[in-house]
Amino acid sequence: MTLVLDKVAKDYGTRRVLDAVDLTVTPGEFTCVVGASGSGKSTLLNVIAGLTPPTQGTLTWDGTSITGPGPDRGLVCQTGELFPWRTVAQNVSFGLELVPISRRERAQRVAWYLEEVGLSSHADVLPGKLSGGQRQRVAIARALACEPHVLLLDEPFSALDVQIKEDMQVFLRKVWQDMGTTVVMVTHDVEEAVFLAGRVLVLSSDPGRIARDLPVDLPATRPLEIKRSPRFLELRATVEDLVRAEHRAHEARDG
Amino acid sequence: MTTQAARTREATQATRGRSDWAALPARTARPRRPGWLAPQRAISARTRWILRALSLLAPLTAWLALSTSGAVDPKFLPTPAATVGALRDMASSGELLTDTLASVERVLLGFGLALAISVVAGFAMGTWRWALALFEPVIGLVRYWPASAFIPLLMIWLGIGEPPKLAVIVLGVVFFNTLMVADVVKQVPRRLLEASMTLGATPGVLIRKVVLPHSLPGIIDAARVNAAAAWNFVVIAELVAATSGLGYRITRSYRFLQTDKIFAVLIVIGLIGILMDVSLRVLRDRVGRWAQ
Repeated sequence: MTLVLDKVAKDYGTRRVLDAVDLTVTPGEFTCVVGASGSGKSTLLNVIAGLTPPTQGTLTWDGTSITGPGPDRGLVCQTGELFPWRTVAQNVSFGLELVPISRRERAQRVAWYLEEVGLSSHADVLPGKLSGGQRQRVAIARALACEPHVLLLDEPFSALDVQIKEDMQVFLRKVWQDMGTTVVMVTHDVEEAVFLAGRVLVLSSDPGRIARDLPVDLPATRPLEIKRSPRFLELRATVEDLVRAEHRAHEARDG
Repeated sequence: MTTQAARTREATQATRGRSDWAALPARTARPRRPGWLAPQRAISARTRWILRALSLLAPLTAWLALSTSGAVDPKFLPTPAATVGALRDMASSGELLTDTLASVERVLLGFGLALAISVVAGFAMGTWRWALALFEPVIGLVRYWPASAFIPLLMIWLGIGEPPKLAVIVLGVVFFNTLMVADVVKQVPRRLLEASMTLGATPGVLIRKVVLPHSLPGIIDAARVNAAAAWNFVVIAELVAATSGLGYRITRSYRFLQTDKIFAVLIVIGLIGILMDVSLRVLRDRVGRWAQ
């Protein structure tokens, strides 16, 4: 299914946070949204998730309009927001408990997703006992278990140590390739965006608009070393310059 | 700047602020002191246990010393031995058991009723902003009316049987517990609710599978605090108009100046209070294992 945003705008009070956002996300695409703080990138994701309605414009799946949150658009945020009283397996099972499938099938599916994110051995552990990276894996598995049309990631790795973050980036690429999920991810980390995405959107500030829509022409198989390749560095520099220019403009306007 | 002199100067040189400011008055590093006034300073396990024992033994010893010394009339302060004797007499005559059961029954009924009302009301107030706006002002006001001041009114309205006694317990507990439950329920993180909604949770599912389990340990905590209040109110209710119960026993012993009996009843009240507190704490720890 194709997600289409048509002239989406969002106001908070009298302040316009997002303006005239036109965006088409085709199935299987990995899109990263980058922008300086205040560019409304998290707001954009919340609008897509249906958590906050757009002030203007429309949001549609193949022509059907989206009006609220739903399991077709799983959201994983920076803190993961696991259910602390549920074990890892019970967390992954949450969305599946809301659909009419047998207990057996549910257990099978949960086990499969835990295997995919490498946490089978932690099935019965409470989230409080997990590391930050493990928690985000559970959050991603929990969202994927609902078989979303698009997986929305809101700075999912920004609270993690650099090494763990890189492991998670490799992990996310693998999951994306294994499952063919459509991903829209918001990040302020340009390197992360270029490494992960097939397409990088740079947002401008005050209000947030899509300033550039940049395809990432790196090979599909991306080991971490690719971050040192000339093409990667070139793309990264391009995006960084765009983000920085927007940041400067924002600072100048703020006086 | 590699000479010995330069390094020494560097080492002693403090951060400089504006150049025309005088340096701050000199402070010398103080020698380490015992520092028992330092906040949250750890104490050894041995010290902790000694202090805990002292906390119970000191007043007991003072009671023993004061009552046996003859400095105080035994009519005012019975000896521990006399108190234990009174306790034994009351136990063997059966009045201790009937009084205790009468009080415990009232607490269970009254507190149970108050819990049923306050958990539902507090849950609603914590979940729905409209319920909070509707109920919080009036409850915030009403809770400052002391429940014990209502005893005469309640007896006029409800007679002198069990209903007014239960009503005092309910009135004394229900408003505080409602507000405490509402506060607990409000603590459910917005992001957690949002994450649940993107997993397909409808409002009903959110309440049943997110808000309720998240709030349960806190609700039990609130109940624990207010159980102590309920236990206080039953004794107050029985002091005024009752023919059974631990409060009634105190009033009756007062008429005959049996201070040893009053002391015995106070000990029983204390023990039951501790029992209630400990069992609710055990329940809380079991339910809220994830929150530790």
